[in-house]
Amino acid sequence: MGDIILTMKGINKSFPGVRALNNVDFELYKGEVHALMGENGAGKSTLMKVLTGIYKKDSGTIIYDGKVVEFSNPREAQQAGIVIVHQELNMLGHLTVAQNIFIGREFMKGIRIDDERMNDEAAKLFKRLNISIDPTEKMSNLTVGKQQMCEIAKAISNEAKIIVFDEPTAALTESEVNELFEIIRDLKKKDIGIVYITHRMDEIKLITDRVSVMRDGAYVGTLISKDSTKNDIISMMVGRVIYEEPKTESKVPEDAPVVLKVENLNAGKLVKDVSFELHKGEILGFAGLMGSGRTETAKAIIGADPKESGDIYINGEKVEINSPRDAVKCGIGYLSEDRKRYGLMLQRNVAENSTIAYLENFLKGIFIDKKKENSETEKYVESLAIKTPGIDQLIVNLSGGNQQKVILTKWLVRNCDILIFDEPTRGIDVGAKSDIYKLMNELVKAGKSIIMISSELPEILRMSDRIIVMCEGRKSGELRIEEASQEKIMHLATMWI
Amino acid sequence: MSGRIRNTPVSSNKSVIRRLGGQNVVVFLIVVALFAFFCIVSPNFRRYSTILSILDYSYYITLIAIGVTFPLITGGVDLSIGTGLICYSLIGGYLVVYQGWPVWAGMIVCVLCGALIGLLNGFLVGTMNLPPFLATLCTMMMTRGLGSICSTGLGIPWPTAGTEGGWFRTIFKLNIGDLKLPLGFLWILLLTALMSFILNHTKIGRYIIAIGSNKEATRLSGINTKYVYISAYVISGIFAGLAAIAYSAIFASVYPGTGAGFELEGIGGAIIGGVSMTGGVGSVVGTLIGVFVICILKTGLPFIGLQANWQQIITGIVLIAAVLIDLSRNVKGRAINR
Ligand SMILES: Nc1ncnc2c1ncn2[C@@H]1O[C@H](COP(=O)(O)OP(=O)(O)OP(=O)(O)O)[C@@H](O)[C@H]1O
Ligand SMILES: [Mg+2]
Repeated sequence: MGDIILTMKGINKSFPGVRALNNVDFELYKGEVHALMGENGAGKSTLMKVLTGIYKKDSGTIIYDGKVVEFSNPREAQQAGIVIVHQELNMLGHLTVAQNIFIGREFMKGIRIDDERMNDEAAKLFKRLNISIDPTEKMSNLTVGKQQMCEIAKAISNEAKIIVFDEPTAALTESEVNELFEIIRDLKKKDIGIVYITHRMDEIKLITDRVSVMRDGAYVGTLISKDSTKNDIISMMVGRVIYEEPKTESKVPEDAPVVLKVENLNAGKLVKDVSFELHKGEILGFAGLMGSGRTETAKAIIGADPKESGDIYINGEKVEINSPRDAVKCGIGYLSEDRKRYGLMLQRNVAENSTIAYLENFLKGIFIDKKKENSETEKYVESLAIKTPGIDQLIVNLSGGNQQKVILTKWLVRNCDILIFDEPTRGIDVGAKSDIYKLMNELVKAGKSIIMISSELPEILRMSDRIIVMCEGRKSGELRIEEASQEKIMHLATMWI
Repeated sequence: MSGRIRNTPVSSNKSVIRRLGGQNVVVFLIVVALFAFFCIVSPNFRRYSTILSILDYSYYITLIAIGVTFPLITGGVDLSIGTGLICYSLIGGYLVVYQGWPVWAGMIVCVLCGALIGLLNGFLVGTMNLPPFLATLCTMMMTRGLGSICSTGLGIPWPTAGTEGGWFRTIFKLNIGDLKLPLGFLWILLLTALMSFILNHTKIGRYIIAIGSNKEATRLSGINTKYVYISAYVISGIFAGLAAIAYSAIFASVYPGTGAGFELEGIGGAIIGGVSMTGGVGSVVGTLIGVFVICILKTGLPFIGLQANWQQIITGIVLIAAVLIDLSRNVKGRAINR
């Protein structure tokens, strides 16, 4: 391992009502991959945003390359050689891939931007990184995974000395993750220091050298990755035992009533002839690769996307669902995978977001009953352990995992009988994850039924009673939990590709 | 597996419009169709003089439309351009007519005033973080009052053709013997080319599109978004200044208190031409073509007996149609996104 390239000492940072960073220390060597772990809201992203000049620290010192530094904006950090790949995608949808990669440091030919050269350079970069993306493609036309790869390529093209990856793999497919790891190993060889924020335990051993753990805005400690076990890290993160029993058998009786039946559903290119049944009290897992049509199926069911054909029965009765409003009336709630875009009103507070789907229940005449709204929200904030200074905090200020819990609150308030969870734990730490799992189990026990779309196989195997696997927009198989295994699911998920 | 992960095929998503070469072509066809329609229905319309007057009355609208395209693409709007252009013309004209300034100086004053108000707009939006609608609504009211004050409430007759200083009217309409040449259209084409280049091939243009796509991401890329906003609004202001010159050159007198509503024709033209109200999308050429839909309607409808009120209703309908096209395009864009 090389010399120290970065030392952060005694960093403090407060937001109104939140002590996000409390005397945090952090250290990074050259050529090291240093994992940063911690529960949702522990302050990982904030620490890195302080480092890269996005937030101003309240106090503390940052020593970079032997000098005390203080960046006042991301550009200064970038010029000094510190770049960050953000947790949330930061793409400019209307520009091309190459234009995105070189934004802010365009190649010029006089006053004219040299787009040809940028395309060439981007192509070279992709070739070096071994990714196949057309530099002239519009960014918004790429899949989320590819967009993420572009973000990474952009960071790498910066001649950086430190690269921060904030949960880079949350939106990547398995093979893309492997590509990323190759890239990271390559960067290591070039003596670049890498900070790697993740919630995935299995990645720690695979790619990182050391792990630093944060809890509630404070630094807990650092471990050598190869000498530490998963449990060491987890107990540092949460200091409690995690609910992690995989399911071996389904407790749902074979003859449980069918609450939702979908027959020959067709919608667009990614939903072809999908049929399935959902029983009362069941968690039905939807497995498959990214882009296999699972989200699209859910969206067609709830009427967010137009259906071409197919019937939907609720409790045996045929229903017409042409809009999400119809779906809600039929008692179906959908938790989007893309919380920023579809799930939340970012500029509104926790209470408003929690009650929006069921405002009729919070009315007093024509006015909104604030008291009831608040007390009901408080209840869920407590039971879901949502980390927020108060229910009047704006959603945009919550950490990713806590935002997810608020979406959950929204549908729990609504009291839907059928819940569709789309990637419910994406970007959520182990603690919150097990909270959400527990909650799902309680929900089905209470007689609700859940469809869970997930790209994480361990999660599918842990939670589902039955598993439906999709591939290329079609249902490629159905497994009972007793017969399911990772291999079988993967086999079905790649059946036609 | 990696090559297999679905990367939605874009080519197959191309709509009929896209295959026809984009909205520009469609709107251009609409312009041609409208023109042909009026020619067929009204014999009086089929005259060189009508074409001339369509062009005459189009210049100032086209200019503010080209200008406002830039704030629109950032996801904002500039409402101050309509009353602004009258205000600048009044100020410049006052100096020329009552203070004896040379006409060229009065013209420069028009552009400078426009740039200044643009700077103010850009400052309010970019630095003070005011919503563009609000910021420019304020400057709209301010320019309206300012114009009246500067001209002491009187109409200002810029020098007429033939008198001293009247040369400036030939910038837009050149008379060679009996032949009248719409010279202004040439300037419009040149300015369109220039601004198109700026939008598509310079840094500032690129950043304007970037801000319209995702403001936060642009900021995080290390771009000083303040200056980008200021540039967009200054461009809009400068073009309002140019429009002031065009307006002064076409009309005999300029009256205080007028000008409100011009901005809507300009913004409407830009939107018909494919500029998206949500930002990030648009082209200067599109705006130019879009404006002509409005201008032909404006000139043509009286020829078939529909007066001013009807023009506005029809223009409104055309706008709704354009916005619907914009929306459907957005939905498609999102569909690709998933
Ligand atoms: N701009 C902000 N304004 C107010 N509070 C904020 C802001 N940004 C972050 N916070 C708060 O600071 C704390 C730390 O947030 P941060 O985003 O750093 O968490 P994290 O460790 O990255 O979590 P996650 O794993 O969910 O991404 C949270 O309680 C969050 O609500
Ligand atoms: Mg984070």
